[in-house]
Amino acid sequence: MSGHSTYVPRTALGKWFEARLPIVRLLHDTAVSYPTPRNLNALWTFGGILAMMLVVQIVTGIVLAMHYAAESHIAFNSVEGIMRDVNWGWLIRYLHANGASMFFIAVYIHMFRGLYYGSYKPPREILWILGVIIYLLMMAAAFMGYVLPWGQMSFWGATVITNFFTALPLVGQPIQTLLIGGFSVDNATLNRFYSLHYLLPFLIAGVVVLHIWALHVVGQNNPLGIDVKSDKDTVPFTPYATSKDVLWMVFFLIFYAWFVFYQPNFLGHPDNYIEANPLSTPAHIVPEWYFLPFYAILRAIDFNIGPIDSKLGGVLAMFGAIAVLAFLPWLDTSKVRSGRFRPIFKVAFWLFGVNALFLGYLGSVKTDDIIFGAQAVVWAQLSTLYYFLYFLVILPVLGYIEKPKPLPVSINDAILAKSAPGSTH
Amino acid sequence: MTAKMIRWAAAALAAGIALSASLAVAEEKAAEFPLQKPARHEWSFAGIVGHYDQAQLQRGYQVYKEVCSSCHSMKLVKFRNLSDEGGPGFTEDAVKVLAATYAIQDGPNDAGEMFERPRLPSDAFPSPFANDNAARASNGGALPPDLSLIAKARAVHRGFPWFVFDMFWPYQEQGPDYIASLLTGYQDPPEGVTVPEGTYYNPHFINGISLRMPPPIDNDILEYADGSPTTKQQYAEDVSAFLMWAAEPHLDARKELGLKVMLYLFVFAGILYFVKRQVWRGVRH
Repeated sequence: MSGHSTYVPRTALGKWFEARLPIVRLLHDTAVSYPTPRNLNALWTFGGILAMMLVVQIVTGIVLAMHYAAESHIAFNSVEGIMRDVNWGWLIRYLHANGASMFFIAVYIHMFRGLYYGSYKPPREILWILGVIIYLLMMAAAFMGYVLPWGQMSFWGATVITNFFTALPLVGQPIQTLLIGGFSVDNATLNRFYSLHYLLPFLIAGVVVLHIWALHVVGQNNPLGIDVKSDKDTVPFTPYATSKDVLWMVFFLIFYAWFVFYQPNFLGHPDNYIEANPLSTPAHIVPEWYFLPFYAILRAIDFNIGPIDSKLGGVLAMFGAIAVLAFLPWLDTSKVRSGRFRPIFKVAFWLFGVNALFLGYLGSVKTDDIIFGAQAVVWAQLSTLYYFLYFLVILPVLGYIEKPKPLPVSINDAILAKSAPGSTH
Repeated sequence: MTAKMIRWAAAALAAGIALSASLAVAEEKAAEFPLQKPARHEWSFAGIVGHYDQAQLQRGYQVYKEVCSSCHSMKLVKFRNLSDEGGPGFTEDAVKVLAATYAIQDGPNDAGEMFERPRLPSDAFPSPFANDNAARASNGGALPPDLSLIAKARAVHRGFPWFVFDMFWPYQEQGPDYIASLLTGYQDPPEGVTVPEGTYYNPHFINGISLRMPPPIDNDILEYADGSPTTKQQYAEDVSAFLMWAAEPHLDARKELGLKVMLYLFVFAGILYFVKRQVWRGVRH
């Protein structure tokens, strides 16, 4: 897909570099001449948006680190010092805190795009799995970042989540002790989380490089899900994809700024403005919104399955819900990538989307709340069932029984048919 | 075949829902607090062009100083903040005089001894008790919370679907709404309800039916220099606004910058939209 490089160094400096380190050629091939399918829609701009958010988080994070103190007695007040006394500190901190949420909104759109258009299917399996790894690293980074302000939710969230590991037989307890640096969440936990929170974004950046490398080997998928057949199907990345990416980045920034300037605390929890207190447990411990669907799955398993007690069962279900994504390329047996040509898949997919949102809602309520006449935990069990059915039964079976609609011959053909007079589309 | 499969799937789903609904035990639920949702108040700092009302912050500071501060600390706010832009707008000289009326322990001096000195503008508001235990001992075992962040640390869940609407029409005044409702919400417990000894019934309290804090304000407990009404409602709103400022002192700057950023981004997006159209002109896609 990368094909033959079209870069020709023109200046003397360019030629000098070309003979020693052809980095300009690399950049040119990656961001200028790279052929991109001409039929990409706006959903394909979220990769660029995610790259932008990673940079925003790293830059704001490094500035915050200049003013933050990771010590359990002063951490909370040092964050307040940033909010009150550091020049533009309130802006930097709100950008960073809301930036995490924006990062997850963008990554969820990016992932659902991939799910719908079959971007995980051959030859993009490794590309997809690298994405799952990035997502895992993001979750770890976000979780540890949320602990740093050392508010009540920071502390109790850390306590609940690190407690998951104790569900594992034999190794669980030692793992938890190692993770939090003691027998309960304390200063040692804060210190190591801070260290790891600083490390993870750079690991993410590293995997992003691999992700983009893999992308440039296999080429982008597209809304039709068919392979690029000829040059007629593509346009050069610059200016075509860049002009679109930048436009949608700015749209995304408007959305982001809306939260930062007008409701910076909408996505957070008020209890995190209370300093951590190991002696007082909040009435209702909830994780950040982007973890809520998995939290609902965790709490859905409130029964024992043979030797597996409900706690271990919940933890396995929760990690399983993420791990199953890595096996998706082999679970989906259909040869057709794009959901556009798969009538039954389409229904199952949208149901999956609604189900995921519903799981998020269920994660935010108490398990004994009554919703539509049933306890929330019962709904969570049904939703969890569908979540796994989708990956483990529906996708594998659909490949054999579904009759896909006919695929266009090429991207160019489909575009010509669409713009031809009297066409049905 | 597809239609048949979808019908089967739908039937199975419906059956599952019916089954689970019948299994669900509609148990008696523990009461949700607060019993009464906070009333919505008019705030000058609400909305996208909102900003603090300087006179209100000054009145609110007066209520805080004369009423709240006898039990509650406010450790994160410093006297100098009273003269910061977007705050109550005290002059620097007034702040110096005000701060100096409170003493603080400093030291050790050259002789190695701790000494008392008047507070400076750079010092924090004084705390009424030496430590948390002293505060508890004087308040029937309850710790009066620090008020520096109280307006952001208290928000009553609005629940679905309100939080969806709140995303598009910003509502970030849950804290002051809660505080104002709580301060004016004390009443006699309804028939048959008894509150624990030494607590006061208040349906607006976020964490139970009653709290240890006695009703702190009443009509005409203090005189305003600007002639504003001396009602319980007025005191409650003024002090809530002041507490919001204490929790979010840069709100004015935030909303002002926000408007500029939004304007910039909208214009930039407009330009980029035409750039994109120009680039893609004549390219079928």
